[in-house]
Amino acid sequence: MEFAISCRDVFKTFGTGERAARALRGVSLDVRPGEMTLLVGPSGCGKTTLISAIAAMLTPDSGAIEVFGQNVAKMSIGARTMFRRRTVGFVFQQFNLLPALTATENASLPLRIAGRSAAEANRAAAILLERLGLADHLDRYPDQLSGGQQQRVAIARGLVHAPRLLVCDEPTASLDAANGQAAMAIMRETAVQADRTVIVVTHDDRIYHFADRIAHMDDGRVIDVVAQERVQHQEHAA
Amino acid sequence: MGVIALRMLFGDRAKYLGLIFGVAFSTLLIAQQGGLFVGLMLRTAAVIADAQEVDIWVMDPQARYLDTVRAMRPTELPRVRGVDGVAWAVPLYKATVPLKTLDGRIENTMMLGVDDATLIGATSRFVMGTLEDLRKPDGIAIDRAGYQRLWPGEPLRLGRELELNDSRAVIVAITDASAAFTANIIMYAPFSRATAYSPQGRNSVSFILARAAAGHTPDAVAAAISAQTGLQALSAANFRWKTIKFFLQNTGIPISFGVVIVLGVVVGVAIVGLTFNIFVAENLRQYGALKAMGLSNLSLVGLVMLQATVVGAVGYGIVLGIAAMFFRFATQGELRGFYLPWWIAAGVAGLTLLIMLLATVGSLRRVVVLDPAIVFRS
Repeated sequence: MEFAISCRDVFKTFGTGERAARALRGVSLDVRPGEMTLLVGPSGCGKTTLISAIAAMLTPDSGAIEVFGQNVAKMSIGARTMFRRRTVGFVFQQFNLLPALTATENASLPLRIAGRSAAEANRAAAILLERLGLADHLDRYPDQLSGGQQQRVAIARGLVHAPRLLVCDEPTASLDAANGQAAMAIMRETAVQADRTVIVVTHDDRIYHFADRIAHMDDGRVIDVVAQERVQHQEHAA
Repeated sequence: MGVIALRMLFGDRAKYLGLIFGVAFSTLLIAQQGGLFVGLMLRTAAVIADAQEVDIWVMDPQARYLDTVRAMRPTELPRVRGVDGVAWAVPLYKATVPLKTLDGRIENTMMLGVDDATLIGATSRFVMGTLEDLRKPDGIAIDRAGYQRLWPGEPLRLGRELELNDSRAVIVAITDASAAFTANIIMYAPFSRATAYSPQGRNSVSFILARAAAGHTPDAVAAAISAQTGLQALSAANFRWKTIKFFLQNTGIPISFGVVIVLGVVVGVAIVGLTFNIFVAENLRQYGALKAMGLSNLSLVGLVMLQATVVGAVGYGIVLGIAAMFFRFATQGELRGFYLPWWIAAGVAGLTLLIMLLATVGSLRRVVVLDPAIVFRS
């Protein structure tokens, strides 16, 4: 089986001496293509550090991280930038929408960064936003949208350039329960495809049922990976 | 991405206006003080500049600048005329003469006595009357600002009488002569009459004004005059610069203005630097998000530089407009000598660029070293 993401013995320490914080202590993890994998665990266990490394945003101290056959741990800064631009989509906890841009313009940003014209990028973003139920809100600014609507714009921004990897950091943390479920349902429906892998970092156990697999982390390591069948079984048992 | 950078900038209106204000305030200080300084320095040599047909100024060897007049003997005039390369040479009389109007107002005037025959040495800018009117009995020309000082609020009128050192004089022309450094009223009269007005005596040749003949340069002819007569002869440009240099070296004016200009730069860097830093700091997550999405460091730097450039250009443009309007307004009346030539505008643009560069260095560094993973921090 060829994995979309394969991490082997990944270590990362921030700081030195007594103040050193060992965020990753030999993480090994395989993620399959076409699946949504949830990365869960207590605060400070290394989830965010791990997805930052997988998304080519930071370089681990040692170990290998292969994403679609490319070792992102060995890439130069420029190569990492290009890799993120072409391969990775992001959905952030705090949405990080640009307040001066409309919903369409925000969603079109990855295409603009990739060099597409404003008209072309806006057209593609508008189509995706309409699919996400925001047809009437295309020209609204972030402060004119509800939290749920902002998260849908963020999802559109994460998907508009058809990335092979979508990285989501606590996508439901800023939403109420109903909006969180809705956002995950949309993500499950639009993002998960045969040629795309979705990794979601979350503390929210109410969204576990959207996952194909759940990787549990603790103390800088992945301690367990549970497939969807087991998740459902455990939920039944509970 | 340029449009997005500008939308980010304009979107935060309060900070955008704060940045514009910072640039505008410091640039205004620089432009206004620079203009005043240049205007003031040029006033010191205004008489030289106004005598446009004169190439060469000849004076006593000890004269250090325009206002250190030491009378020369009238016999020096034919000696200068005899130097090879001199097309013509005429005398100029310059003295401070007390003035009294018929209603008792007293002022000092800078009396310039120009050659009786040719009237060379006077300004060519006349508001009322002509140069030839100086030949009328007791006729003198007065500058407009001086006239308005003597008769404030009254319309310009020829034929008014006044006393110059107890002698009758009649205004037959009104000039637009450049303002002098001493702020004295500037008057022109024929040489023979001007010397009669003066308490310093007759036959005093303050300067000999000359022109180089065709095929000779003013500097070469001036050198020849000096060599053959023992007098000090300078081209008009050199004498003008010598006069300005005297004031630069012997007064506190350059330091006073220089300090304000440096303060303008410091204030600009401080206000704009701080505000721009706050602007960048508050948008750091947005820059981080763009970086995470694959925007290169080079593009991010370009984005920030574009924002800084727009702030600088708008602030500079506003100031140039205000300064130009102020100078235009100020030069209408007696407040003459304000000066905003293209090279001051260019110099201010250079200093604005320097302010923006210094102000954005810190911000650029923050953006370049920004960890894109900042977007994952809550």
